[in-house]
Amino acid sequence: MERIFLFIYQFRAFFTFLLLELFCAWLIIQNNQYQGAQFFNSANSFVGGINNFSQNTRDYFSLREVNSVLSEENANLRKLLEQQSQYIVALPDQHKVDSQVVNRFDFVDAKVINNSIDRYTNFITINKGKAEGIVPGMAVISPAGAIGKVKLTSNHFSVITSLLNTDLRVSAVLKRTGHFGTVQWDGIDPQAIALNFIPRHVEPLVGDTVITSGYSGVFPEGILIGTISEVELSKEAPFFDLKVKLAQDFQKLSFVTVIRSNLLHELDSLEQHIPEMKK
Amino acid sequence: MNRSIVLNVFVFFVYLFFQVLILKNAVMFHVAFCFLYIGFLLLLPVETNPLILMFLGFALGFSVDVFYDSLGLHALASVLIMYARNYWLAVLTPQGGYDANVLPSLANNGAQWFMTYSIPLIFLHHIVLFYTEAGGFDYFWHTLMKVLASTGFTLLAIVLVEYVFPGRRS
Repeated sequence: MERIFLFIYQFRAFFTFLLLELFCAWLIIQNNQYQGAQFFNSANSFVGGINNFSQNTRDYFSLREVNSVLSEENANLRKLLEQQSQYIVALPDQHKVDSQVVNRFDFVDAKVINNSIDRYTNFITINKGKAEGIVPGMAVISPAGAIGKVKLTSNHFSVITSLLNTDLRVSAVLKRTGHFGTVQWDGIDPQAIALNFIPRHVEPLVGDTVITSGYSGVFPEGILIGTISEVELSKEAPFFDLKVKLAQDFQKLSFVTVIRSNLLHELDSLEQHIPEMKK
Repeated sequence: MNRSIVLNVFVFFVYLFFQVLILKNAVMFHVAFCFLYIGFLLLLPVETNPLILMFLGFALGFSVDVFYDSLGLHALASVLIMYARNYWLAVLTPQGGYDANVLPSLANNGAQWFMTYSIPLIFLHHIVLFYTEAGGFDYFWHTLMKVLASTGFTLLAIVLVEYVFPGRRS
């Protein structure tokens, strides 16, 4: 009798094990899908609060550098603004563009409170959320370049899929030649990202600038991604193997800007008719 | 008994917060991670019920996941080693068996025994963790390097903690 109980007892452990593992596997799959689990992530207020505290402590060690980057960016922006206003004065009336197109992007600044670079799927948490109008799908940039795309939001925090995430693809352009491809991280070097689908007749050079294309409508056109650091073309391959050195050092990320594209819906609803137009 | 439960709950949170606030930032050469929190799971008393072991593994793994934004990943690996743990302990039973209520610690069983006990479990945890995270074997060698480097780093941390706070009989 005792043996039977022992037997059942051992089986119970095994079934509990199976059940727990299946539950975990389900969670992993759910989490990998877009907008998976809504609560148990670093965007919930408790975890967000703790991360906020932890990041605040760490911030003291990088204040000087952050300050100089921000003031540099300020100076650049001021220069650009001045140039633009000079242009506008010089333009005749018929060149003035639709104000909806001019205002197609809104900017929300946010502070990074959690960041990782060493995993295959890296995410960044920031301290702004739904309350500031952030919704999943928005683009995120930093003073130096493109950062990623908003994945989840809560009231006061958002989780961003970093460019250093093997699942994220971003449409990009070789600035010098104008050919477009897709950047995607290969999961190994957090300083570099791969640029795919540049056909073999193009002649990319080391040092060429790679920027966002604006085709997806998420990123504005012309946001810097990085510069080409390695060019390889294997025999009979239709495309180049290009390594791009990222403009932003993701390890030193502290402030980012979230971009809302006001015309994204219009673009999407127009483009959704493309599959029907095959003929 | 009650006192040891309260103490264990406290230790649970110490391991959890040390992991997610401090060790999360301690990654060496982009490959060596330190998952010291499994030290808590490895050092639970020998005779702990396997169900309690697995639920504790799940609870700790899940809590770590929430901070790492990797829902289910650490929970999966932790539950697995908690299931394997008692079988492994049975294989490693010293002559004359374990004493009642003993911890499977370095101080109680010696360095050689502790290495034989902990290295395979840490390795198993890291293999499952990193290959699941990579989503398969696409990055086989790079992931293997992460597994090996992290096993070393985690083991080093666990052994250091063992020397600073020797886990005697509870």
